[in-house]
Amino acid sequence: MFKEASIREPLILGNKSYGDITADVVGPIENKAPKGWYIAITISALIALWGIGCILYLIGTGIGTWGLNKTVGWAWDITNFVWWVGIGHAGTLISAVLLLFRQRWRMAINRSAEAMTIFAVIMAAMFPGIHMGRLWLGYFVFPLPNQFGSLWVNFNSPLLWDVFAISTYFSVSLVFWYIGLIPDFATIRDRIKTPVAKKVYGILSFGWSGKAKNWTRFEEVSLVLAGIATPLVFSVHSIVSMDFATSVIPGWHTTIFPPYFVSGAVFSGFAMVQTLMLIMRKTMRLENYVTIKHVEYMNIVIIVTGSIVGVAYITELFMSWYSGVEYESYAFINRFSGPYLWAYWAMMTCNVISPQLFWVKKWRRSLGFTFVMSIIVNIGMWFERFVIIVTSLHRDYVPSSWSMFHPTFVDIGVFIGTIGIFFTLFLLFARFFPVLALNELKSILKVSGEEHKNKH
Amino acid sequence: MANSVIYAMYDDDQTLLKAAKELVGKGIKVKDCYSPFPVHGIDPVIGVTRTRLGIVSFMFGLGGLSLAMLGTWYFMIHDWPMNIGGKPNFAYHLNMPAFVPILFEFTVFCAAHGMALTYLIRNKTLPGMPAVNPDPRTTDNRFVLEIDSHDNQGMTTDALLEAIKGTEVFELNHKKY
Repeated sequence: MFKEASIREPLILGNKSYGDITADVVGPIENKAPKGWYIAITISALIALWGIGCILYLIGTGIGTWGLNKTVGWAWDITNFVWWVGIGHAGTLISAVLLLFRQRWRMAINRSAEAMTIFAVIMAAMFPGIHMGRLWLGYFVFPLPNQFGSLWVNFNSPLLWDVFAISTYFSVSLVFWYIGLIPDFATIRDRIKTPVAKKVYGILSFGWSGKAKNWTRFEEVSLVLAGIATPLVFSVHSIVSMDFATSVIPGWHTTIFPPYFVSGAVFSGFAMVQTLMLIMRKTMRLENYVTIKHVEYMNIVIIVTGSIVGVAYITELFMSWYSGVEYESYAFINRFSGPYLWAYWAMMTCNVISPQLFWVKKWRRSLGFTFVMSIIVNIGMWFERFVIIVTSLHRDYVPSSWSMFHPTFVDIGVFIGTIGIFFTLFLLFARFFPVLALNELKSILKVSGEEHKNKH
Repeated sequence: MANSVIYAMYDDDQTLLKAAKELVGKGIKVKDCYSPFPVHGIDPVIGVTRTRLGIVSFMFGLGGLSLAMLGTWYFMIHDWPMNIGGKPNFAYHLNMPAFVPILFEFTVFCAAHGMALTYLIRNKTLPGMPAVNPDPRTTDNRFVLEIDSHDNQGMTTDALLEAIKGTEVFELNHKKY
């Protein structure tokens, strides 16, 4: 059997048995939900309803209700889209890339991180949809035979690549997540007492029985899916970045965009995982599974990706000067000293300076500090997308058409609303789904459990 | 002799693995094993062969790639060539670099979903399928070896039970059918 070096900190604390792991994870599903959960879901559902109201108003009236104008034709909609897709990336990174690298600490966080991915991608996919204005014509993005002769979609366009990338990413993440969930639903099915719940979990578990051959296949499928999801996750945000990079707008037309966007995505995604996990470990008493060490590992990922993002910002600035193209230079001078300098410097502070504080070991192991930082990083990453999109557009080649972007209540309502929908979905997940990957955690209990480590 | 199935339950994965090795060493055929998580090393002992799902995934991926190439060729070169930013639209190989993202995404799409569907069908795990694990505890913290007397014609049921009792068995269930 595999033995882990004793110098490594254990990943499962306390004196746990296989049965304890089941009880700790399934317990909250069997018991009544705490009062806090009802309060949280009421608040987030109200925000979600407000968002849905704004979306319905938007669809009914048209995208003129957004603050867009002739110069700034893309603003919060695409900012929110890129922000949400970016957040999604951490889930796949944790479940796929860390699986390939045999990082066992991913097992305590992968389930919730993948759930976060799926909900975040749903939120992201909504923005291009509602930006169409006529949502009911959305099927036009697919190459379907139609009544207008041979009118096909344009396969040369990054916007179409995006359609393929996002739909593949969403569906593959969903399948990856669900395949991992099946054995855990079976655990709940065999344990839960109420007949209705037993029936529902019975259907959800697809009749999983845990035979030897099933497990062999399960491991093979997980590995192969991880193998193909890894290039997929890198491709998705690269393609999102090409929506900008293949254009000729100064400030967008840079070859650094794909890696810069991918690391930014992982950076913001891990921050969102931290926000969610820190609340969840406290409220669902998962301190023995999501340990300080897990938080520290995630903070290390945040330092690495945050530093890559910082280098990318500085490279962009350097290249705009070094290129000698005056439009390119102006786009960047305008960013850091123009009317949107507050957004630029908010982005710089949140994304470049603040993650560097995690070099201090005491701080990156502090839960309170991590929680505050995770929110700062997400605010910073929203500003990054806002800066890239709006500041590159608002002063174009003709000074007479220069303008500013002012969000309307619909812009704000839709954005806040997606946060509400996201948290509503996540709270439902936390209530009814196994929030930790039971079968995977049990398989590392003897390798990395505190009690077993001390024995040997 | 009436056929019967013996379910030998163990409370630990390593105990089960040891027991399976002992039983197989005595020439007993173990039909299956039910566990709450993959017990590594059990497959060769009880004769479970390596899965070919990896190959399935590769084939689906290849199919997806071919389909995507056929589609992009038909839409963009054959049926209705469009002049997009002066990109060459008269020969597939010249326009192909612009299709790489689509080719890649569709390959992944088909490889992942094709394999996942094959996995669910081969496992007989589909919505509404009944569970067949002999004891509800096998999805929690117990491990069961299933031994069918039909597979062990050379031994009497009593001899089988005797052999199983020799291992560190936690609970023993004997069902006639």
